[in-house]
Amino acid sequence: MSIDMEQFHQVFFEESFEGLDIMETGLLNLDMGDVDEEDINTIFRAAHSIKGGSGTFGFTSVSDFTHVMETLLDEMRDGRRQVTQVAIDVLLGSVDCLKEMLTAIQDGEDVDTARVSEYQKALEVELNGSSSEPQVTEEIVKESPVEVISEQGWQIAFSPHSHLLKTGNDPVRMFRELSSLGNLKTTVDLQGVPDFYELDPEECHLSWKLELVGNIQEQEIDDIFDWVEDDCDLSIQTISDQSIEAPVVSQPQIEAVELPSQAESEKENTIAISTKPKAKKKAKESTKPAAKTSSSIRVDTGKIDTLINMVGELVITQSMLSLVGENFELNKLDQLTNGLSQLERHTRELQESVMNIRMLPINFVFSRFPRLVHDLSTKLDKKIELVLIGENTEVDKTVVELLSDPLVHLVRNSLDHGIEMPADRVAIGKPETGTITLEAYHRGGNIVIEVRDDGKGLNKEVLKAKAIEKGLIEEDAVLTDKQIFELIFMAGFSTAEKLTDVSGRGVGMDVVRRNIQSLGGNIEISSELGKGSTIAIHLPLTLAILDGQSIAVGGERFIIPLGAILESVNVTEEMINRVAGKGETFRLRDEYLPIVRMHEIFDIKTEATKLTEGLVVVVDGQGMRCGLFIDDLLGQQQVVIKSLEANYRKIEGVSGATILGDGSVALILDIPGLVRLSNQ
Amino acid sequence: MATILAVDDSASMRQMVSFTLKGAGYTVVEAVDGVDALNKAKTQKFDCVVTDVNMPNKDGITLIKDLRALPDFKFIPMLMLTTESGMDKKQAGKAAGATGWIVKPFNPDQLLKTIKKVLG
Repeated sequence: MSIDMEQFHQVFFEESFEGLDIMETGLLNLDMGDVDEEDINTIFRAAHSIKGGSGTFGFTSVSDFTHVMETLLDEMRDGRRQVTQVAIDVLLGSVDCLKEMLTAIQDGEDVDTARVSEYQKALEVELNGSSSEPQVTEEIVKESPVEVISEQGWQIAFSPHSHLLKTGNDPVRMFRELSSLGNLKTTVDLQGVPDFYELDPEECHLSWKLELVGNIQEQEIDDIFDWVEDDCDLSIQTISDQSIEAPVVSQPQIEAVELPSQAESEKENTIAISTKPKAKKKAKESTKPAAKTSSSIRVDTGKIDTLINMVGELVITQSMLSLVGENFELNKLDQLTNGLSQLERHTRELQESVMNIRMLPINFVFSRFPRLVHDLSTKLDKKIELVLIGENTEVDKTVVELLSDPLVHLVRNSLDHGIEMPADRVAIGKPETGTITLEAYHRGGNIVIEVRDDGKGLNKEVLKAKAIEKGLIEEDAVLTDKQIFELIFMAGFSTAEKLTDVSGRGVGMDVVRRNIQSLGGNIEISSELGKGSTIAIHLPLTLAILDGQSIAVGGERFIIPLGAILESVNVTEEMINRVAGKGETFRLRDEYLPIVRMHEIFDIKTEATKLTEGLVVVVDGQGMRCGLFIDDLLGQQQVVIKSLEANYRKIEGVSGATILGDGSVALILDIPGLVRLSNQ
Repeated sequence: MATILAVDDSASMRQMVSFTLKGAGYTVVEAVDGVDALNKAKTQKFDCVVTDVNMPNKDGITLIKDLRALPDFKFIPMLMLTTESGMDKKQAGKAAGATGWIVKPFNPDQLLKTIKKVLG
């Protein structure tokens, strides 16, 4: 039977990456002074599983590497080895290296062998005090069993201990196997059988003399008795060692059974159990790339159960409605309205539970930070404690994935620029260890993620001076605290006196803000000099559903994301200001805003072409404000976003489409894109 | 055809074992750790148990020991999946009542051959 092992690879990779995360978290949490055995056991178990799996699925390089890690961890677990910071750092590095190896194998790329052997050496140095190759000796022992072949055959004395049957081993099974090797003659010895009244039927009191005739290796016989070695008295001798017929007359011999030889027919199948198809496996590893990236999602079974439950409810409602619909009469109107409102409720709940499936705990992002903070604080010689709060707060998978980079940037900033050096902290009466807090919580339809530090905070004077120096603001500008803090989000603004390789990699806070805004969120900052800073990110819970305002332009309908709308105004002639060649603007209180005529941009015929005949909706698109001229506002509703790009192609000014209640399609406006479009 | 209880905390190994045995016509019940396996063993009879050794909640050796104490599991074959390096594990497993072991890494054919051996 041949089984395609590749079908298990994806699961193996997924669980291995999970295992590596467990190892990483475990290693970071190890308390040098007071090592909990169960903590090391958890780390060991993860390494052990990866080793077992990689060996089975033919990734020998991975299993060899993990073997060394496992040995090290095993000694720590048994208390044979002290847990030192050096060992932990080597193990953490090896976790990284394993991640790279597995990723390369998964993507069908070559493993960076130089890097692997570098880490393997480091592990071996930690293990042995020098780099040796412990596997080699093991291999030699394994590959060279002493081959003893008897041409005549073997004489076997087999006396099982009385408990043998309770290990699930059946002598008959062993005899059957022996008979597959050659011609077997069994003689049973009943001497050990007690009196009937003392007989325990669950115990074995028989012993056997066996004669196995044929050209058979001793190893083959050893393999059959391998499992019972310690549960019996066993002697195996070649027949030529003694006379072939040497019956002990005094023993009562009951029967001699001849089992027919199956040796001829099964010769090809009689390879002992643990022989070595290793060369084959190596070849397979190098030839088969498994270039599949994971777009799967792990869902709590409880969520699926809820979903199935909801569908069940829906089916009941449907059958109830079709019952009402049969021979409908007006007196059934009450039932119909009831049914419809039930249908509405169930549909909404179904929608919610489906959306819920895409929700992942924010811990998927948070979990990488303990390592990041550990590594960076070591590098910067700072003492920092990371506090994670609300790791189980759930957010849409897409949001989780896109949130990672901005958060890394913010945490790096806090580490690098926020938290002071330990000596400086002590000097101003702060605890030596700084604290960075990552907190996630729900507020309204949003998830809020805060990055807080108790570092030096933002210096408003320095910020302002810097902005003036860079020409970002006027020298006499009067700014509120909030506006001053906002300065760090402006392009070309960097407060670090010198760029380090921790932060300041050319990606500024402006990029962070843009990323967050592209997710439909916003970012706020507050800070107190000497006490620390807080940066709060507000994000919608999902990117698949949007609160929208539907509007009419001619016969067409569009959706404006509700969050982008500031207000709607009826403009009067006096407010309008036409600039030759530069389009139209209108005055809103103290500001002049450009007007974007929707019917012109999308080339729609409409009655309302005069600005005073329609409405102007003031929208904000990434800091740029303008007035959209439309016919009318229709209503607010939640819409499900369908990708235009996936189904058609990208259109400037449009972020997607949705299907309205009456089945017609409406385009969802991309406000920043629209503003750009109107500027051209 | 015989019913086999396959216990492993690693999903890929569990799938591989289960797929191989089902392919050969056996009925397979999967369990994710010792506790799960013991619960399943209390509600159903099995002809054979194949278990990993290193597992959270309840390891394979303790599982075998606990199973042997159940009347239906007194004499059935119970095999442990263990690595080459786990020789001491083999001893401990035997002491707990294991029938034998399958050494990791193993391929489906080796697994099937061993299972056929113990189930006859």
